[in-house]
Amino acid sequence: MEATSRLAVPEDLAGLRERLKDRLDEKKPRLVVCGDTGCTVRGSRELAAAIEKILSEQGLSDRVELKVTGCLGFCEKGPLMLVFPGAILYQKVQPSDAGEIVEKTVLKNELVERLLYTDPESGLPVACAYDIPFYKLQNRALLETCWYINPLDIYDYIARGGYAALAKVLGGMTPEAVIAEMKEARLRGRGGAGFATGLKWEFCRSSPGEEKYILCNADEGDPGAFMDRSLLEGNPHAVLEGMIIAAYAVGAKEGVIYIRIEYPTAVLKLEEAVRQARELGLLGKDIFGSGFDFDVIISKGAGAFVCGEETALIRGAEGKVGEPRQKPPFPADVGFRGKPTVINNVETFVNVPLVINQGAALYHSTGTESSGGTKIFCLVGKVKNTGLVEVPFGTTLRQIIFGIGGGIKGGKKFKAVQTGGPSGGCLPEAMLDLKVDFSDLAQAGSIMGSGGMIVMDEDTCVVDVARYFLQFLKSESCGKCFSCRVGIDRLLEILDRIIAGNGSVEDLALLEELAVTVKDTTMCGLGQTSANPVLSTLRYFRDEYLAHVRDKRCPAGVCRSLFRYRIDEDLCAGCGACAEQCPAGAIKETDEGCYRIDHGLCTVCGACAETCALDAITKD
Amino acid sequence: MSNKLPDVEEILEGAVKKHGLAVVPLLQEIQEHFRYLPEEVLRKLSQKTGIPLIEIYHAATFYNSLYLTPRAKHQINICTGTTCHIRGSGKLIEEVFQVLGIGPGETTSDGNFTLETVNCLGCCAVAPAMVVDGKYYGNLTPGDVREILNKIMEKAAVEE
Repeated sequence: MEATSRLAVPEDLAGLRERLKDRLDEKKPRLVVCGDTGCTVRGSRELAAAIEKILSEQGLSDRVELKVTGCLGFCEKGPLMLVFPGAILYQKVQPSDAGEIVEKTVLKNELVERLLYTDPESGLPVACAYDIPFYKLQNRALLETCWYINPLDIYDYIARGGYAALAKVLGGMTPEAVIAEMKEARLRGRGGAGFATGLKWEFCRSSPGEEKYILCNADEGDPGAFMDRSLLEGNPHAVLEGMIIAAYAVGAKEGVIYIRIEYPTAVLKLEEAVRQARELGLLGKDIFGSGFDFDVIISKGAGAFVCGEETALIRGAEGKVGEPRQKPPFPADVGFRGKPTVINNVETFVNVPLVINQGAALYHSTGTESSGGTKIFCLVGKVKNTGLVEVPFGTTLRQIIFGIGGGIKGGKKFKAVQTGGPSGGCLPEAMLDLKVDFSDLAQAGSIMGSGGMIVMDEDTCVVDVARYFLQFLKSESCGKCFSCRVGIDRLLEILDRIIAGNGSVEDLALLEELAVTVKDTTMCGLGQTSANPVLSTLRYFRDEYLAHVRDKRCPAGVCRSLFRYRIDEDLCAGCGACAEQCPAGAIKETDEGCYRIDHGLCTVCGACAETCALDAITKD
Repeated sequence: MSNKLPDVEEILEGAVKKHGLAVVPLLQEIQEHFRYLPEEVLRKLSQKTGIPLIEIYHAATFYNSLYLTPRAKHQINICTGTTCHIRGSGKLIEEVFQVLGIGPGETTSDGNFTLETVNCLGCCAVAPAMVVDGKYYGNLTPGDVREILNKIMEKAAVEE
C-alpha cells in the first residue's frame, strides 16, 4: 500500500488519484476472487491462497495482480472469479482450478470453458460477465465498484473516484446546496420507510442547537437481507463518505455506526476503513482544510431486531436497552444524547456520493418520479439465480424474479414472493407486474422494506411462513406495548392451532380482526407491521388457509400434522433403506416384501423420502 | 471461584473506565472475559456502578447475544432466517438433537456443545447456514451437520 501523508486540501486528493490511475488499467492482468461470506463458505479463501501460491511459484506475482474483493453478486454460482482483461467470469471455481486458470487464461488468453456460465436459452457459454443476463439486466450503479476494489485498501477506492464527492462538497458547496441536491435527486431512505433524505437532513439542520449527530443504521435485522452486510464488507469507504457529507450538510461533528454483532467481518472491515480514513485526514479535524471536523465511532449491537427501529437504535447506540419510544419528537429534533440526529441506512449513505458526483438531474434520470436511483435486492429462496441484484426503481417483480433471477429452480411452480422481511407480505403470481417502488408494494399489502426478496414455490406453505414471522416477532418484540406483546402471542396461538389441525373457518375472521387491531394500536413499526405477513397471506392465499382449517390438509406438504408420507408399493423394490433411516422405527416390511409406514409412529420427518432412490415415497 | 475474585475487580475496573455507565457495552466486555454473564459478577457490577441489578438483568435478558448461562466448549449457531427456514433449518436443528440430544438454548451434559439459533447470519445465498466456533458452513443437509459434529467430537476425543 502507498504511504501518503494527510490530504490537506481537495487538490491533494486529485493529485493522489492521478498518481494511482494505473490501478484502473483494465488491460493489465488481474485475478479477482470474491471474498464475501457466501463465497468464503464455499472455499474462496482457499482459492485465493492457491492462486497466490501459483503466481509466486511461477514468478508472476509482479505482473499479475490478485485482488480479493467484496460480493461479486451472482451468489448462486460461487465461488466466483473475474479475470481481467475482459471481465471473464468463472463460476464454482475450486482451488484445484487455479493452475489451469493461470496457465490458460492469464498466460495464453484461452478460456477454461467448463468454468464459464452457460446461457440457459442458447446453451452457449458466455465469457464476459457484462454479457451474462443476470448482470446485463441490472443497473449496478452502487455494486459495480465492488468488482474493482480491495475493501481493505483506501487507495483502490480513491483510484476509482472515491472521496471526490466529499472534495466537491467541501471545496465549494454550501450545506444548503448539498441538501437541495438530495431533494432534487429524490433520494429516499433505503432502510424500508423511504423517507425523503434531503428533507430529513433539512429538518435536522434547522433544529436549534450546535450539537448534532449522524447515525448509520447498520443493524440489518431483516432475515433474508444482506445487502448492507455486502456493502459494508465490499465498499466500507462509500458508507463513510456518505456520512461525512451528511454531517457537513446538517452541521454534525460526530457520527455513530450502529452495526449488528452478527456481522463480525463487516465490523473488522469498517474499523480498518475508519483507521485509514483518519490517517489521510478524511475523518478528524479540518477535513480538506475546510474547517469542518467530523469523526465516527463504531457501536456494536447485541442481538435485537427491534434495534433497527430508529428510536430503539438511538438507545442501543447509547448503550442502553433498545426499547422504542413515542414519536414525535422525531430524531431530527431529539435523537442521540437528546440532540438533533440524522439516522440513515447503509445503502442510503452509499447513494450520497453518487448523487453529488452525478448531480441530481442525472441521478434522478434513473428510477421513478418519486424515487431516484437504484435499489439493491437480495434475491434468494427458490429462484435459479440467487444473489445481490441492483435495479432502478420502477422495475417489476417479474423482471427481477424471471428475468434476472431466471425463474424457479428445479422445474417447480412460482407461488409467492416475500418482500420487506417480517414487516412485509407475500405477493402471488397475479402481482408480479407490480413495480418495485415504495407506494406500489404498500398498496398491494406488502412493503419494499430494506430489500429482502424471498421467492417461494409450490413446496412452501404460506400459513407456515406467516407463523414463522409471528414466532420471530414474538421473540423480538420489546414487550412494552400490551397490544404487540399479547396480540402477537394470540395470533401465534391461533396459527399454531391451525397448523396442528385444530383450526376452524371462524379462526380466519378472528385472525384478521386481531391482526388489524394489533396494527392500529401499537406504538412502533415492529408492532404496526407485524400484521402484514398474516393479512397478506389471508388476502391472497385464502384457499390455502381453508385447506388447513376445513380439509385439515396442507397442500404444500409442510405442516406435519396435515399430511403424510406414503410408500407407493408398486414402485417399492423392498431394499429397506427407508426403514434403516427412519428415526422412529415406523417403517416395517410387509408380507409382500415391500415396506409400509405406520402412521401412528411416524413423525413425518421426511428422512425416508429423501433416502428412497426410486422416488417411491411421496407426500399425500 | 475464589481465585477469580481479583480478576473480577480488575475486569470491572477496566470495563467502567472504558464504557462508563453504558450498561450494554459493560456487559459485552464482561462476557468477553467470562464467555457468559456470571451472577456474582453482575451483582458486583451493580455494587460498583450503582446501576440497579434489575436494569442489568433487563439488558442481559433483552439481547440475544448476551448469555446468563455458561457456554460450552463449542458453540453451534444455526441460522433460522427466512431463507434458511424455507430451505430446511428446522431439519438441521432436529439433526443436532439426534446427535447431541440438545435443543436451542441447551448445553450437553458433558459441557462440550451449546446450541443456539440466530436470527439471520446474512448468508441467505448459501442457506441453510450455521456457524460453529466462528466457522461458517452453508448449503447444509442434516447429513452435513452430523459429519461436522462428529469431526469435532473425534478431534476432542483425540485431544483427550
